Amino acid sequence: MKAFRIIGRSIRDSFKSVFRNFSLSIASILCTTITLVLVAIAIIVTVNVNHITKDMEEELTIVVYADKDTTDERLKEIERDIKKLSTVASVDAKSKEEWRLEMQSYSETLNTTLDYLEENPLLDSFIVTVKNVDDLRPTALEIRDFANIESANYGEGMVEDIISVFDIIKTVTVIMVIALIVVTAFLISNTIKLTIFSRRSEIEIMRLVGSSNTSIKLPFVFEGFLLGILGSIVPIIVMIYGYLIMYEEITSSSSFSIIDLVSPMPFVLYTSLILLLIGSVVGMFGSARAVRKYLKI
Amino acid sequence: MRFIEIKDCYKVYKNGVAAIAGLNLNINKGEFVFVIGASGSGKSTLIKMLYREEKPTKGIVEIGGINVGKLRNRTVYKLRRKLGIVFQDFKLLPKLTVYENVAFALECLGMKGSEIRPKVIKALDHVGLKDKLRSFPNELSGGEQQRVCIARAIVNNPKLLICDEPTGNLDPKTSKGIMEVLDTINKELGTTIIMATHDKEIVNRMKKRVIVLDSGVLSEDHEKGRYKASESI
Repeated sequence: MKAFRIIGRSIRDSFKSVFRNFSLSIASILCTTITLVLVAIAIIVTVNVNHITKDMEEELTIVVYADKDTTDERLKEIERDIKKLSTVASVDAKSKEEWRLEMQSYSETLNTTLDYLEENPLLDSFIVTVKNVDDLRPTALEIRDFANIESANYGEGMVEDIISVFDIIKTVTVIMVIALIVVTAFLISNTIKLTIFSRRSEIEIMRLVGSSNTSIKLPFVFEGFLLGILGSIVPIIVMIYGYLIMYEEITSSSSFSIIDLVSPMPFVLYTSLILLLIGSVVGMFGSARAVRKYLKI
Repeated sequence: MRFIEIKDCYKVYKNGVAAIAGLNLNINKGEFVFVIGASGSGKSTLIKMLYREEKPTKGIVEIGGINVGKLRNRTVYKLRRKLGIVFQDFKLLPKLTVYENVAFALECLGMKGSEIRPKVIKALDHVGLKDKLRSFPNELSGGEQQRVCIARAIVNNPKLLICDEPTGNLDPKTSKGIMEVLDTINKELGTTIIMATHDKEIVNRMKKRVIVLDSGVLSEDHEKGRYKASESI
């Protein structure tokens, strides 16, 4: 019961202190707000880039064409050999006749042209999907070395470029988020430092009347926690409404139809929890740092 | 019954100053002791060692069986809960009322609100400030502020009251009132009181035990002692 009373008192004191040092608290809350808004943007970018990359990766395949005169038996052998590769997820064989029928269905011109030709000019092929996007290139190179292979292509260049751009975006956002979190922790730490200085006499009296170190430190840690929580309210609201509006705009616009964003539910809920968690943990961490450094008891 | 025992105690500060140099002293339960001496004689260091603001460099300082020098920083609060400390500069919180200032000491210990109120009223009654509960420190005279400080020090029924020049900032008439309060506490509650002072008037009038420190050692110890006329401390 005594411990609960001390915790209750610490919480009450931390609220009092936030209002007593109002301008300082507002500065810390604003810094946390700005940081968390940027963190929210970073989370949205990272998660959606991941989502889009994953979609792209799932659609990436290697198209293998066999030589023109490859026998049916050899085609089966090739299919078997490709399936044996450890990096391969699936192989779909597509004969030149299937290609011909598919292409004839595209347009009347193609239909007439292909009919006109006595011999099917198309090649037998295999659509190969790999387990991991990084396996595309080595798998394609390996297949090219097989006998009776005309080509094995996966959209060289473009795929690597897109993936490396996405990787850069992810790395930059992660570094930015970490840097911002560190800056916020320092700002909260500074606020708590000033609070400690402004309450020096109170702390001295607490020590002299026999308050334990924990009960002296606790209000400051709660104050940091509270500043972090208060600082995360606006970013959560901005993130929820901002993402819902963006999602609505992008999914309803024909110019952005290629972009498939992550569905808002439950994404915004998880992101809100993450923001709340970052705010409170960073607040507590910042104040714990200040308490350790400036509260000599 | 022995309550405080100081044996072969030394305190040398980091700058090399030896504030206490081989002090031996015993104080019994319920005694009222004045500690006097010139500036730099070690009075303040002795007082600070008693409430473990300073640790002895060598020797033993024992209060009620607790070896104060051996206490770790994080357990010092256990000792301080058994003490009351009164300072020359009062150390009151200006934004709290008289009642809140005294209650603060008990709130810090996690005491229930319903337990706090009667204790605070009783302590303020002891120092004659029961009618000033809602006043703020800046609305009180120096003597009244010191009484609040005493009330805060005794509210938890300490066994020992340590007073570091409590009348240093007060005029003679007010000082006399404060001493009457301390004397009453000593007699009625049986609290052991150790008081460092420079005030000749008080020491001579109270006729209590007087300990004289000189360069960190006990130079004189008199039951019902007094400042010697020749002393210019």
